[in-house]
Amino acid sequence: MSQVKAAISDRARSERRLGWLLCAPAAIAMLAVTAYPIGYAIVLSLQQVDLRFPDEGGWVGLQNYGAVLSSGLWWTDLFNTVFLSVISVSIELCLGMAIALVMHRAIFGRGVVRTSVLIPYGIVTVVAAFSWQFAFAPDTGFVNHLPLIADDKDWFGERFSAFAVIIMAEVWKTTPFMALLLLAGLTTIDDGLYNAAKVDGASAWQRFTRITLPLMKPAILVALLFRTLDAFRIFDTIFIMTNGAQDTQSVSILGYQQLISRLNLGLGSAVSVLIFLCVLVIAIFFVKFLGARQPEGSNA
Amino acid sequence: MEHSARQNVLWSIAIALVLIFALIPVLWIISLSFKTPATITDQSFIPTEFSLDNYKSLFEGGISDSPFIKPLINSLGIALITTFISIILASFAAYAIARLEFPGRSVMLAGALAIAMFPPISTVGPLFDMWRSLGLYDTWPGLIIPYLTFSLPLAIYTLVAFFREIPWDLEKAAQMDGATPFQAFRKVIVPLAAPGMFTAAILVFIFAWNDFLFAISLTSSDASRTVPAALAFFTGDSSFTQPTGSIAAAAVIVTVPIIIFVLLFQRRIVAGLTSGAVKG
Repeated sequence: MSQVKAAISDRARSERRLGWLLCAPAAIAMLAVTAYPIGYAIVLSLQQVDLRFPDEGGWVGLQNYGAVLSSGLWWTDLFNTVFLSVISVSIELCLGMAIALVMHRAIFGRGVVRTSVLIPYGIVTVVAAFSWQFAFAPDTGFVNHLPLIADDKDWFGERFSAFAVIIMAEVWKTTPFMALLLLAGLTTIDDGLYNAAKVDGASAWQRFTRITLPLMKPAILVALLFRTLDAFRIFDTIFIMTNGAQDTQSVSILGYQQLISRLNLGLGSAVSVLIFLCVLVIAIFFVKFLGARQPEGSNA
Repeated sequence: MEHSARQNVLWSIAIALVLIFALIPVLWIISLSFKTPATITDQSFIPTEFSLDNYKSLFEGGISDSPFIKPLINSLGIALITTFISIILASFAAYAIARLEFPGRSVMLAGALAIAMFPPISTVGPLFDMWRSLGLYDTWPGLIIPYLTFSLPLAIYTLVAFFREIPWDLEKAAQMDGATPFQAFRKVIVPLAAPGMFTAAILVFIFAWNDFLFAISLTSSDASRTVPAALAFFTGDSSFTQPTGSIAAAAVIVTVPIIIFVLLFQRRIVAGLTSGAVKG
């Protein structure tokens, strides 16, 4: 009896060892470029490190954070980032839901819709940003030629019209992902519920708000969490379209400019750490207050 | 179910709108790429004069002088190597998570999820500094390493979902029928696992192909600059001409093959993108 037990625990032990061994390379690769650098960023953010003036330096405590948080630029950029994220994710949720419903309840043409939503997914963000920029540019673009639009409208010359184009490009690029995640949630709903509700006389809108939305809450929250965090990192589109001109800068652009353009690693790292903290707050907000759960949660 | 003619019309309009919105930027950049310098500012959606000059100018001067050939090679090489290593590492981890009982399984999944949410800009500064002292700045490995990190969560989640569906008992059955463990693995498990690995590989490749932030932060020359980064540094033939035409042509070259690929394997991509979420 004890021999059998020993054999089982031997097996369990070797299985455990194999499990760790197989996971180790991936775990190391993931930690090496996230955990270590963020730790290093915290260290850098507490020092004066400016690669243009390598001789100056030393610990300055929270001075870099003070400099960032007391500058108008950080707050403007944070506002821009939050504004762009909230607007584009809201539009994406509505559009994505519409497309998911179209794909789910397709009378015909489901394949066409799936094909067309995958096109934006496959396109490099920078390429899409250039295409939209050229489309709206007053000299090359066809948009100002359309009816109802002033021929000489300078879309990128003013803050909120630039935002409109940026949001459009973001929505175009990322709605497919939202739609596919929502479609996956839709397919898990039992058709019988709809038929039963129909028999009871529920209208299409009632069926949507009383059955679809409540049952899809987990899928919607996961999609929202992922897209919000992704939108918060917005960089490529703004870099190509305005590069932050007309007060359209995002926090990621600010971090890039401090770190790479100005080589001020101290200040730039303070920005990086603050962005990391923002992302943490958003993730905690979704998980704690809205109850978004890890996608694999129920079958892990 | 019967559908009225009115429903069918509304449906067709909805589909047409989705299709047009999805295609406009693609058709527009293709149209721009064929325009001549004289007509590039004519603001017409369809070129009035066709020319291939924008494409020719990209390849002028061969590998040493062309602004595009070296970045294209960099993009392809870096994305392919990233995909290869990422899929191998992710397969190991996903196999362990899907098949083995060991403490730390859920930590691994939660950790991968946390990495997927991690803001890349927060690692750019430290990596820039570290890569310069390690000699990795402006090299292929300097980009491959961060791409590996940020593609692994995607690959692991996709593969775990696929591996969980594989009827692993077939392996034992094959061995009972007299196959050696290696034969059982190669003839039974590999064909079953291959579609999932292929799907994960497509997603990882697209991720690496698409990156811009690391590509402009951790490179400084054509030694390792990828196409998205190179596009941002394109200049016109003279300081008075806009590089619009060349950017458009380069954009078409890096876009069209991916679109064809995505369309060919669309079912797999949809399955891959949603695999992590459906199970929840």
